[in-house]
Amino acid sequence: MVSPNTDVAFDNKIEGDIVISRLDAVINWVRTNSMWPMPMGLACCAIELMGTASARFDIARFGAEVMRFSPRQADCMIVAGTVTYKMAPHVRRIYDQMSEPKWVIAMGACASSGGMYRSYATLQGVDRIVPVDVYVSGCPPRPEALLDALIKLQDKVKKTPSLRNLTA
Amino acid sequence: MSDTVAAEPVADLLAKFSEATPRESLDHPAVNVPMKDAVAVLQWLRDEQSYDFLVDVTGIDWSETTSPRFTAVWHLFSTTKHTYIRIAADCTDDANPSAPTATGLFPAADWHERETFDLMGITFEGHPDLRRILMWDGYPHHPLRKEFPLAGIETELPDIEVADETQAKVISAPMMGGPFVASNKGEMNLTDAEPRAKDESWNEAKPKPE
Ligand code: SF4
Repeated sequence: MVSPNTDVAFDNKIEGDIVISRLDAVINWVRTNSMWPMPMGLACCAIELMGTASARFDIARFGAEVMRFSPRQADCMIVAGTVTYKMAPHVRRIYDQMSEPKWVIAMGACASSGGMYRSYATLQGVDRIVPVDVYVSGCPPRPEALLDALIKLQDKVKKTPSLRNLTA
Repeated sequence: MSDTVAAEPVADLLAKFSEATPRESLDHPAVNVPMKDAVAVLQWLRDEQSYDFLVDVTGIDWSETTSPRFTAVWHLFSTTKHTYIRIAADCTDDANPSAPTATGLFPAADWHERETFDLMGITFEGHPDLRRILMWDGYPHHPLRKEFPLAGIETELPDIEVADETQAKVISAPMMGGPFVASNKGEMNLTDAEPRAKDESWNEAKPKPE
């Protein structure tokens, strides 16, 4: 018996390794599940951010454990703490140095709105200088709240029309 | 016992520096000295009286209408006698207050004097590097002066490029009727536990009543 020509016809060996999907979905899947944070720890909230990264809460479960202190390697800036006017330009510059795509989480009352520091020295919300994707309430927020913010951000990233942004 | 130990340098100080006067104080012994004697007094306390630790340098603003308006204050501690002493000297110029630097006696004076300069605007003559330490270089005000409003004064951000890009400014941030505190009646209930402004007669929408 002559065997069929496998070069041109259906090959179940190869087909087993092919997944059919939309490119958008694939890109978003990659981005969602390995989001490297840029820890912008500026005050007490940073301690809670460290707690979130440590064993008990383990942010690695959501693929965001690789804290990058170089903005070029980071995807998501977590602004954890009080942003003073003196620090604000540096926060903005670090944000500018992050490569696209990039996201920002404002963690805690201070980063979201200035918090209890209604004062001459404190920026009244980091959204005045960088675009914020998720705000987390609390002073400081529980680690669960930060994880929730990360999940919310992941949901947002999953819905992004990434392909359109790639060609733009 | 601590009283006799504490009183001793004051009596000696008053005897040695004729223009010094005792200063009213609720805690540690304190002395007023003329500004021109301040460094000599600090040196004498350090070298002869073993006050070897400069704990703090600060200033007082007595208000715009008072003269002398500014007072510079030094706190010394003796690590052998375990007592403190406070030295205060009025600044002679109300518009451009200045004081002699103590950096030649105590290296610790460096940052304390920078802070007092930054927040109070007292210039320390002879300081090796009198830059602002908390606010940024170029900030136009001295925030702990009496005429400076608690909310702050609108100014530019320290970085012009970022200010242009973001259109953000240093804004004044009034307390909106604050402080925001929980009920202090003693009993805990969840409705009152939420911190709220004590004075809610004004806020972002309603201007402050005159
Ligand atoms: S929100 Fe609270 S805990 Fe977080 S930085 Fe501000 S003061 Fe600290």
